[in-house]
Amino acid sequence: MIRFIARRLVTAVGLLLALSAVVYGLLAIALDPLEDLRTSTLPNAQALRDARVATLRLDQPWYERYWTWLTQFVQGNPGLAWRTQQRVADILPGAIATSVQLVVAATVLALIVGVTIGVVSALRQYTTFDYSVTFVSFVLFSLPVFWVAVLLKQFMAIELNNYLGSPSVSWPLVVGLSLVAGLFWAGALGGGRRRQLITFGFAFVVTAATLAFIFGSGWLRNPVIGPIGYILIGVGTAVAVTALFAGMRNRRALYSALTTVVVGLISYFILQGFFDDYEVNTGFLLGLLAFALVLAAVIGWAFGGPDRGVSVRGAVLVALVLSVVTWFDRVLQTFPEYYRISGGRPVPTLGSQRPNFSGDYWITQLDKMTHLILPTLALLLIGFAGYVRYERGATLEVLNQDYIRTARSKGLPERVVIVRHALRNALMPLASIVPPDFIAMIGGAVITETIFSWNGMGRMFIRALGGSETDPIMAYIMITGGMAMVANIIADILYAVLDPRIRVNA
Amino acid sequence: MSNNDNEQFDLNELEDRRGQGGLGDSTVQGTTEAADAIDGHLEHDPAEAVGRGEGVGEAIEVEGLSQGKIVLRRFVRHIGALFGLATIIIIALLSFLTMGIGGIDGLWHVQDPNSTPPVVNGGRPTLGLPTWLGGDGFQIGPYPFGQNTIGNDNFAQVMTGIQTSLIVMFVLGVVVLLIGTTIGSLSGYYRGKLDNVLMRFTDLVITLPVIVLGAVLGKMIYTLPTKWGWSDETKALIQRWMPVELALALGLILWPGLARLVRSEFLSLREREFVDSARVAGATNFRIITKHILPNTMGVIVVNITLLMSASVVLETALSFLGFGINYPSISLGGLISANQSAFDTRPWLFWWPGIFIILLALSVNFIGDGLRDAFDPRTKRVPSQRKLDRAAHRAHMDTRTTTATASGLGGN
Repeated sequence: MIRFIARRLVTAVGLLLALSAVVYGLLAIALDPLEDLRTSTLPNAQALRDARVATLRLDQPWYERYWTWLTQFVQGNPGLAWRTQQRVADILPGAIATSVQLVVAATVLALIVGVTIGVVSALRQYTTFDYSVTFVSFVLFSLPVFWVAVLLKQFMAIELNNYLGSPSVSWPLVVGLSLVAGLFWAGALGGGRRRQLITFGFAFVVTAATLAFIFGSGWLRNPVIGPIGYILIGVGTAVAVTALFAGMRNRRALYSALTTVVVGLISYFILQGFFDDYEVNTGFLLGLLAFALVLAAVIGWAFGGPDRGVSVRGAVLVALVLSVVTWFDRVLQTFPEYYRISGGRPVPTLGSQRPNFSGDYWITQLDKMTHLILPTLALLLIGFAGYVRYERGATLEVLNQDYIRTARSKGLPERVVIVRHALRNALMPLASIVPPDFIAMIGGAVITETIFSWNGMGRMFIRALGGSETDPIMAYIMITGGMAMVANIIADILYAVLDPRIRVNA
Repeated sequence: MSNNDNEQFDLNELEDRRGQGGLGDSTVQGTTEAADAIDGHLEHDPAEAVGRGEGVGEAIEVEGLSQGKIVLRRFVRHIGALFGLATIIIIALLSFLTMGIGGIDGLWHVQDPNSTPPVVNGGRPTLGLPTWLGGDGFQIGPYPFGQNTIGNDNFAQVMTGIQTSLIVMFVLGVVVLLIGTTIGSLSGYYRGKLDNVLMRFTDLVITLPVIVLGAVLGKMIYTLPTKWGWSDETKALIQRWMPVELALALGLILWPGLARLVRSEFLSLREREFVDSARVAGATNFRIITKHILPNTMGVIVVNITLLMSASVVLETALSFLGFGINYPSISLGGLISANQSAFDTRPWLFWWPGIFIILLALSVNFIGDGLRDAFDPRTKRVPSQRKLDRAAHRAHMDTRTTTATASGLGGN
């Protein structure tokens, strides 16, 4: 294994060197740093030109410049963005952080939603639901992100802000969304016609009621989850997790999940006072999360029984969801103040944070989140279609395997066949596509960053390309290229670890 | 049940092999023996299998047809693909008939999309919906998609933009086909050192996001004429052929996916008997590659190229949106959106039309690709809707004596 990694790393370094040389050569042809001076009518244009040729060493052949750049880069100096006279080393950390921030939420959400819908679509192969999902994912594939972004700015930011100014219920919207929700759930849960009708009716009523409440009561103006929301979400998650992973027959699993909800609720009340009195930071909260998960694991363990693992996993999952809810609830509590600060326009269309804004941990998080809404939605819409198609294919592949038939024929319930036998193997191929995908997103969110004015890697690249600055582009190429190669190696290793059929040959 | 399944696997494989014989005439030439064996199997195999297994109906259905005909039949069955094909044809006809092609003028009254006729009625679109759709009666008018502030006819611009997208799509398809297939087949057929070199080269191209390389190349097309001080005539020529140049550039970076697929197909196909037979019969390497193996990879190539073409529509418009693709005086749908995005409140029609046509183009090609994939995939089965199955089951129940093989065979699915 070590030999394998070492060999791959050596290849990657060689490839990266070749890549940098090729791109540097291309840039030497493509960029024209003297563009503005060529048509200049200034009397000293020639002098300016000579000066620029001297500073950028344009009189040297490109390979000599490349060699100088490479020796500097290897020594840890990625150069200078000559138009703004900023050092690339100063721009880079911020740009990387911004890009990662932008992409993480979108990738995680796209993965969760896309994989879930893909699996369900495969389970309901050749039904109307399956065809609709396929159609929608094709439409999403074909959407130009820059076009969607403008629409999002209009409808998710400007119109939403207008709505927040004077909340009112739009009944056609409520009915329309509820219809979609009803059809979605009826199709996803499947079953006979009668059962589908019941599912549809139930989903329709619940969605309509929720939406009417949200729009009618002005909840969006003062969004809180509160203890009631906490209990509803907690019990819902506990039941769903148990039904899915353990089966409702497994009382121990159900009780351990519900106990976790009760413990969670108690800690929710304790934490409210605590959060008001003490300043917190990310590290502390992560510690808290770890504590919550361990506590849940202990609860699951205590309920025990012959199949301990199921109870533990269920409880941990519930605790994870509830921890996020608690965090989100506290962030939302700062919304009224944030609304006031933003002058009644809380959803911004540009940037990654409000200029000249400072506050405690919670309100800064809210600020980040409001800025993330639009770009995340844009990236999510595009990215999740790919995961749907991929996961649908993977699940179908697994469902046709012999061992699935064996599992069915020895009398296992369908839930166990799907969740324990099929799902795990259907998720495995994801290990080889998610890491490269994630890196490609960081490098490839060029358009999204440009439209929403996020000063990430992509925007740095576009600006440098527009301004004929070689050094930032090269830094961008080296970082995305290097990360892509590392991601590929990680994907290979992950796959080899997960799939015993694959042997690593050094 | 397991017996049944084996049967089906065999059938599929046979169909697969026979299909390969059908695609290229000469594939079977050196392999008469093998082909005979396969045909012999096929003759009695389906007869034995009637009434058992899911693929049976399919095997009878395609008996005696060439691969091309089978593919065509399956493609025609894919409703989405047919819709996509129809949409593409209609859009292409619309744009080429209205704005002309090459030097030939079209039928539309504005032939230069960059001309600036006076703004009529504040640039509002003159397209009227029929009364039954709530409009004031159907009419097209002089500026159906409206005008922008300086008077450019949006319809003429959008139609020209569609032409650009179509040109980029097809040129790119051809370039990728040539490069990807050549590199993939050489790499897969010769293996060894050549394979190593070519695949490392492929890795090099595939490492960077396409949009990044595309932007660099797009920028190159834009700066080179001024940088190297070319004459005005050359500049005009370069600007005129901007879509083709961008398509060539994009083709130069989009081929690795296809090359890898073709290579892996070649790696497995070169071990097959028909290749050995051809070699024994004295065929040259070139002949084996082009006449024996390549026809068998047609499905993979066609499907992959189609999907790439649909992606290229979005890619080209995105690059043009960023300003590193197609620039004035050539027109791209992405450039139109970029120019008009700030006018969303005042002139939304300038924004909606280009976007809708991008989606329509990409979506139709995507559906065609999906249809082709199903058509070329021997595992594709014809699956009736649940309602048809229910009805068939009902009928079978009513008339137990004539239980049809199809209904019971498919009912278990």
